Amino acid sequence: MSTVQFTFDGVTYHGNKGEPLSAALLRNGIKVVTESSYRLRPRGVVGLGYEEPCALVQIDSGSGEPMVPATKIELVDGLVVRSLAGVGDLPNQIDKARYDKTFRHVDVLVIGAGLSGLKAAQKAANSGKSVIILDDQFEAGGYLKDLNEKIDSKILNSLKKNNVTHLQRTTAIGLYDQNYVVAIERRTDHLSAEILPEIARMRNWHIRAKEIILATGAFQRVLVFPNNDRPGIMLSHAAATYLHKYRVGTFNSAVVVTVDDFGYQDAIRIHKSGVKVQAIIDIRKKVTGKLLEQVKKLGIEVILGSTVVNTSADQSGSLNSVSIAQTSLEGEVIGIKQEIKTDLLAVSGGWTPTVHLATYLNLKPVWDKKIAAFVMPKLPQNIKATGFSNGEFDKVTNPPAVFFGIIPEGEDAKVSFIDLQRDANVRDLRRAVGAGLTSVEHIKRYTTIGTAHDQGKTSGTTTMGLLGQLISKEPHEVGTLTFRPPYVGVPFSALAGRDLGILSDPIRTTPIHSAHLLANAPMEDVGQWKRPWYFPIEKENMHDAVLRECKAAREDVAVMDASTLGKIDIQGPDAGIFLDRIYTNMFSSLKVGASRYGLMCGVDGMVFDDGVTTRIAEDRFLMTTTTGGAAKVLDWLEEWLQTEWPDLNVYCTSVTEHWSTVAIVGPKSRNLLAKLAPTLDVSNEAFPFMENRYAEVAGIPARIARISFSGELAYEINIEAWYGLHIWQEVMKKGKEFNIAAYGTETMHVLRAEKGFVIVGQETDGTQTPQDLGMDWIVSKKKDFIGKRSFTRSDTTRNGRHQLVGLLPLDNKTLLPEGSYIVNEGDSKKEGKLTHIGYVTSSYSSSALSRTFALAMVADGRNQIGKFAEVPIGNNVARVEIVDSVFLDKENTHRDG
Amino acid sequence: MLLINCPWCGPRDETEFHYGSEAHIGYPEKPEELTDKQWAEYIFYRNNPKGWFAERWVHNVGCRRWFNIWRNTVTHQFGPSYKPFTKQPSRPK
Repeated sequence: MSTVQFTFDGVTYHGNKGEPLSAALLRNGIKVVTESSYRLRPRGVVGLGYEEPCALVQIDSGSGEPMVPATKIELVDGLVVRSLAGVGDLPNQIDKARYDKTFRHVDVLVIGAGLSGLKAAQKAANSGKSVIILDDQFEAGGYLKDLNEKIDSKILNSLKKNNVTHLQRTTAIGLYDQNYVVAIERRTDHLSAEILPEIARMRNWHIRAKEIILATGAFQRVLVFPNNDRPGIMLSHAAATYLHKYRVGTFNSAVVVTVDDFGYQDAIRIHKSGVKVQAIIDIRKKVTGKLLEQVKKLGIEVILGSTVVNTSADQSGSLNSVSIAQTSLEGEVIGIKQEIKTDLLAVSGGWTPTVHLATYLNLKPVWDKKIAAFVMPKLPQNIKATGFSNGEFDKVTNPPAVFFGIIPEGEDAKVSFIDLQRDANVRDLRRAVGAGLTSVEHIKRYTTIGTAHDQGKTSGTTTMGLLGQLISKEPHEVGTLTFRPPYVGVPFSALAGRDLGILSDPIRTTPIHSAHLLANAPMEDVGQWKRPWYFPIEKENMHDAVLRECKAAREDVAVMDASTLGKIDIQGPDAGIFLDRIYTNMFSSLKVGASRYGLMCGVDGMVFDDGVTTRIAEDRFLMTTTTGGAAKVLDWLEEWLQTEWPDLNVYCTSVTEHWSTVAIVGPKSRNLLAKLAPTLDVSNEAFPFMENRYAEVAGIPARIARISFSGELAYEINIEAWYGLHIWQEVMKKGKEFNIAAYGTETMHVLRAEKGFVIVGQETDGTQTPQDLGMDWIVSKKKDFIGKRSFTRSDTTRNGRHQLVGLLPLDNKTLLPEGSYIVNEGDSKKEGKLTHIGYVTSSYSSSALSRTFALAMVADGRNQIGKFAEVPIGNNVARVEIVDSVFLDKENTHRDG
Repeated sequence: MLLINCPWCGPRDETEFHYGSEAHIGYPEKPEELTDKQWAEYIFYRNNPKGWFAERWVHNVGCRRWFNIWRNTVTHQFGPSYKPFTKQPSRPK
C-alpha cells in the first residue's frame, strides 16, 4: 500500500492510497469532521458507506462535487476536500470531465457483490445466462471484505471465465417497471484527483434484465440516547472495520453497546486490533453461545440488561466517557448510572436490510420481529433477494432485542438524536406525536427525519420503533419504509452524459439558413426550428426593421423563407374523402392544381391546426401545417386512418424537409416573378388566386402557389430543398430593382394580424371553436367532420364566449403587452374586483396603420365592437376601442396586386 | 421505463411510444343523433379502473402504428397486446 497526500480544510495529511477518506481522517486523529447543520454540534465519522449521516465533504479537486460522504471517497494523491455542514457548493466552473451513457440487455442482473451476490451470479453464469454484477463498494466481497476475509478465488475466476460484466464502484440508483435499472459507475475518481479527459468520469448504465437478484446487503442502525452524536460514537461494524481492517490507531479504548450478537463480533475485532474493549453493554437480559464465551475468554466484561444512557465529551467535543444503566426494553432507565471512561463507543443498534430498490416498485417491506427489521416483501416473479438484504443474518444465535434506544424528556430529549444529518431529535418526535401525528409519513414531514442526503438509511427503522414505543404500537403499525430514487446523490452531469449544449436537443435549419446568418438575422426558436426573426440593416433595431420590412411587403415586394411549414404528402384514391372528414371545409371538390385554406378541429370542436392544402393530382394532396404542429398533425391523421377508417385507401408521409418554400409578397411580386420565371404567364387571369403553376424559376423546376398570408399579392415558390439557397439568392438579386426586403417571423406576424388572420397557438389555446374566431364561413354544413357535433353543445353555443376582435389603443403609440387582461371601461378606477372580459393575444406596431393595434379574445366580442374597454398595464391603464379584427383592406383588393 | 410489446415490432422501451387512453371507444356512427350528454361521454368520459385496463398506444418513433394492450394500472404489468380490429384477448388474471 502506498502513501499519498491529501488536503482537508487546507491542511495537508497523509493516508494510504485506496482507503476510504474517512479512514484516513480518523488515522490522522481528525475525529471532529464537521459541525451539524442546525445545532452546530461537533460531528465525526459514523459509518462505513452510503449510510454515513455526518461526515460529508466538498471535493474541490478534479471536477469538484458537493456533499459526498467521506466514507465513499477512495484516497488518491492530491485529493482536496473540505468539511461542510449540511449544504454543499455547486462547483462554479464548467466541468471538463466527460460523462457517458450505455444501454444493456442481460439475462440476470445481480446488484451487490457480497458473498451471496457473487454466488448467485456464479450460478446464473454457469447455467449459460448472461450476467452483469453491480456493486457500489471499491472492491467485491461485501460484509466479508470488511472483516478482512478473502472471497473464494474459485468464484471470482469462474465469473471471469464466463465473461460476466463485473462492475465495482457502480451504484444502482433506481429500479423501474419491467426490470429496468439505472446505475452510475464512477470510473476515474479513484485513479486520479485530476480530471482524466480520455476516460469518461462516470458512466450511466441503463440495464434491462430478465431477472434481477437483489444482494444489496444491510445497514447498521444507531441507538438513541442523550448525546449520542459525539465524535467517537460510531456504528460498531464501521468502528471495528476502521480499527481492524484499516488499522486506524486513533482510539485508546472502546465500549460496545449492542442489541444483538453482531456487537460481540465487532468487540472481538476491536480487541484483535489492539484496542482494549472495556465492556459490552447489551440490552438483552440473557445471552448464550460461542460468541459470549469468546469475549469472556478475551477478558471483555459483558453487562446485560443495560444500555448507554448518556455520554460526555472532552474540550474538542469528542467522546471521553459513557454512562450506562440498567434499562427496560421499553427504554425506561431502572438502575443506577455507572460511568466508563472511553474515547470510542461502538453502537450495534441492529441491522436494516437494504430494501430501497424494492420500495421503488411501490412494494411495502414487512416487519420481521425475529430479526427486528423490515425485510423484503413478496417480490415479483423475476426479482429475487438474497443474503443480508433478504434478512438472512445466519450467524445469529441469540435473537436481537427489539430496542431502539431510550426516549428521554426535557433537555435530554433535545440532544438525543434520531437523524444526525437533519439534527432531528427525540424532542422533535415528541412534538410531532403531541400534535396528533401517528403515521411515519406525517412524522417524516413534520420533523424532517429521513429527508437528508442519506434518506435516513440509519434512522428510518429507528424512527418507527421509537414512534411505536411512544404510542404503544409495533413498528409496522405506524407505517413502512418508503424510499425514492436516486439511492444516492448523483451529479446532473452523469445523468446528462453527452447530451449537453448543442447535443441536448436537435436543431432544425432550412436550406436557406446560411443566407440568414450572413444577413445577421437574429433567430427565433419555433419548436426545434431556427427561423430568422427580422433582418436588421446595419444598426437598425427590431422595431425599425419590422416597420421597414412591413412597408416593403405592402408597397413593393418582400421575401420570406417559409420552408419550415409542415408538409404532408397525402396519397390514395380516398384522399379527398379523408380530408373532408379531417377539415371543417370541403376538399373532395377541390380542382387539381388548386389550393384551399383548411381548418381542423379536435372531437371537442376546438381549433387544432390550420394550413393550405393543394390538390396535386386526383389522388394526391399536399397538406401544409403550422411550423410547430407538423408532427402532431401527422400523428392525428395516422390515428384516424388506423383506428377509425382502415377502409380508406390513404397514405400519409412527412415531406417537410423535401421542399424549400420562398414566399414573395407585395404589389410588385408579380413583376418579380415574371423576371424569375420568364416562361410563366403571371397575369391575374392566367394565374388567379389560390391556383398553382409549374414553371422553371431561375432555371429550377418549381411549383408556384398563389397564396397569401398577408393579404397582399403573393406567391410561394416551392422547389426541391437542394435549390433553396439558390432560389433565395436569385430572388434577392432580381428583386433589387423592386426594392426587395427580406423579412422574418415578426413581420409575418404583423402582416397577418393587420388582416385579422389568426395563428393557431397565438390566438388559440385549444379552447376556441372556428365560430369563436369569426370563421363560421369555413365550417361546412353539408358533411360530417371531426368536431362538428361539438358545435351544437350547450357550452359552444352559449352567449358570452370569448370571440376574436381587434383593439385600437386610444393613444396610438401604446403597445399593449400580449397576454394583458381586458376589463370593462371605468372598471380599473373602481374599488374591489375588476370584471375581466378578455385578453390580448397579439399586439404590434403597424407601418400601414401608422399606429399600434392588437388582436384579442373578448367575451361576446363581436357585439362589443364600437365600445371602449381598459387594459391595465402595470400601474397605468390603457383605454382601447374594440374594433373588427380586420384592420386593413377589408374588401381583399390587395391580393390581386 | 415500461417495456411495451408492440404487436408489429416486439418489446420496446416506453420512450418509443405515445399513450392513447382507453381502447375500444369508437367514433359514434351518427354523432348528430346523440344527445349532448351522450356526445360528452364520447369526448370526455373515460374509465380509470384499478387493475387491468385495455388501452391504446402508438409506436410513434418505431413503426408509427396503433395497437391495444392490457395493462395493470396498479402493478404496471402488461398483458397481451393486439392489433386494432382484431379480437380482444381475455382480461389477464
